[in-house]
Amino acid sequence: MPKLNMVQAINLALREEMQRDKNVVILGEDVGRDGGVFRVTEGLLEEFGAERVIDTPLAESVIAGSAIGMALYGLKPIAEIQFMGFIYPAIDQIFSHAARVRSRSRGRFTCPIVVRAPYGAGIKAPELHSESTEALFCHMPGVKVVVPSSPYNAKGLLISSIRDPDPVIFLESTRLYRLIKEEVPEGEYAIPLGKARVVQEGKDITVISWGSMLHRSLQAVGGFDAEVIDLMTLNPFDEETIFKSVKKTGRVMIVHEASKTGGFGAEISATIAEDEILYLKAPIIRVTGYDVVMPLPKLEDYYIPTVERIRKGIEEAMKY
Amino acid sequence: MPVRVIETIDIKRLDILDEKGNVDESLMPALSDIEIKGMYELLTLSRTFDHHALSLQREGRMGTYASIFGQEASQIGSALALEKSDWIFPSFREMGVYITMGYPLHMLFQYWGGDERGVKCPEGLNIFPVCVPVGTQTPHAAGAAMAAKYKGDKIAVACYFGDGGTSEGDFHESMNMAGVFKLPVVFICQNNQWAISVPRERQTASKTIAQKAAAYGFEGVQVDGNDIFAVYKATKEAVDKARRGDGPTFIECFTYRMSDHTTADDAARYRTKEEVDAWKAKDPILRLRLFMEKNGLWSEQYQKEVEEKAKTVVDEAIRTAEAIEHPEPKDMFTYTYEKLTPRQIKEMRDF
Repeated sequence: MPKLNMVQAINLALREEMQRDKNVVILGEDVGRDGGVFRVTEGLLEEFGAERVIDTPLAESVIAGSAIGMALYGLKPIAEIQFMGFIYPAIDQIFSHAARVRSRSRGRFTCPIVVRAPYGAGIKAPELHSESTEALFCHMPGVKVVVPSSPYNAKGLLISSIRDPDPVIFLESTRLYRLIKEEVPEGEYAIPLGKARVVQEGKDITVISWGSMLHRSLQAVGGFDAEVIDLMTLNPFDEETIFKSVKKTGRVMIVHEASKTGGFGAEISATIAEDEILYLKAPIIRVTGYDVVMPLPKLEDYYIPTVERIRKGIEEAMKY
Repeated sequence: MPVRVIETIDIKRLDILDEKGNVDESLMPALSDIEIKGMYELLTLSRTFDHHALSLQREGRMGTYASIFGQEASQIGSALALEKSDWIFPSFREMGVYITMGYPLHMLFQYWGGDERGVKCPEGLNIFPVCVPVGTQTPHAAGAAMAAKYKGDKIAVACYFGDGGTSEGDFHESMNMAGVFKLPVVFICQNNQWAISVPRERQTASKTIAQKAAAYGFEGVQVDGNDIFAVYKATKEAVDKARRGDGPTFIECFTYRMSDHTTADDAARYRTKEEVDAWKAKDPILRLRLFMEKNGLWSEQYQKEVEEKAKTVVDEAIRTAEAIEHPEPKDMFTYTYEKLTPRQIKEMRDF
């Protein structure tokens, strides 16, 4: 079985889905001739032609908006936004339309689009190339939010996202793109949306994370009997797997790269507090980015939760 | 090196039917007497619908409503040039388009009455639901046109918006996309001179709105939006061109919003009675009637019949809409996603 990094795994998922279904098309800035700025769509223009791998003008709102129009007409478009920090002009289309096409038309029209965007810090990029604002999208009913943490689950989750009948925001950690290689099978396998993955079992504390922070969390839990959950789908998220784990461990830590206030950790924390507070032995701990504008590269390592900060969080919870 | 002129732009204006009911025969589209009468009947039906909607709102039987009064020719003339298989992306002031395409009238009353079930477009029609955020429907038209082109369907996509909408970024991004990919879109701007309280000259410094198309590499034309023959002809040509694969067209229908912006607005705060009165003489229905009178297609008896028929149809639609049972509270969960989420299933237990 070939060992692939996340860029290659996503490329493989795109290629296979396009081979399987003629309605799958890709659009975005530089996705064709250039193969995308991270080369995620490399080789697809050559294989599928310019009608299916569409280099668009530099305009995020119409990239998302025309993907919606294509979906209404029966295609399954995958729109690439070059960096998550540039998705904001497209938010109007995603919130005002993609999220509500099904409800506004009472199912007569649907919006099976995937909006892919690289997210997060750690590659020393310029301003607005390191955003991790996934919680914005989790707040909008009608949209699903998926964040893979490895090449294997990136492929399986992307296949599910493409086939999903509703709009999916698919966020790819730039730091993970080429960090890990693992065995990724060719051919079809889908990882269901809305299901979390228990990466390692443990009895003393539940550590919940997603995307690039999952790896830091795994590095930090050494020496503790920690259960680590990779959330994978943020909206709708897998309460059941979390509740089951919390009942067992009685301690919870949530780790994310985004800033703390209103981050998705707040939602998970509140959900656990509402349903499982009687099982908790310790306060819920959140280790997150700080409540600051994402700094430029000189300070980004101070912003991103470090293994040490995550470890301290576990130690804090274990005091109880 | 001398400075050279490297591009010049000509913007055409099309007028066929004047305020006195005279037509320019050389420009007159081929329409049978029956088709012309059909236009008149649709104009009357749409205005009747509109007046009744305003009354229902005042009586508290319907919510906020955006009147089409004065813009009927722009809407019906353009919609008559479309086929049922074409795709339509309206804004929120296109009831005349819906009516012309055969959308069930009672569902329009249902929608404006606050019942979402009214915008479930019936099978066989491709009219997208009312779009409230101004100009944001324009990218969908570009996308649908791109999909149609990819699939090889010989259809046209019509996209409606107002003069205010042309200030939005989405409008420019979509026009640009349509131009670059030569998409089968007809952009139909109803320039009704007012975007709530802001007049046309405060939306753009360009002399016409039609000329904006030139910047995106395709043709823009201005038509008298109160002249149903001109609107029909311009749209028909644009639709045929789109079907031939010759790309997009922009049509500026120069018209006037005779009503307030919506029932929540008071236009007297920002425009003069004299201005509104001057447009009364340009009324789109009156001038078609004068034309028909001159050509033996109109009589007092015919007028009575047309009005009575319109009233009967609209009254019946209101009765049907008002007899529809109140939606179930659980209904609001049904169409968020294809399947309910675990959390939604819990939330639904409240009902």
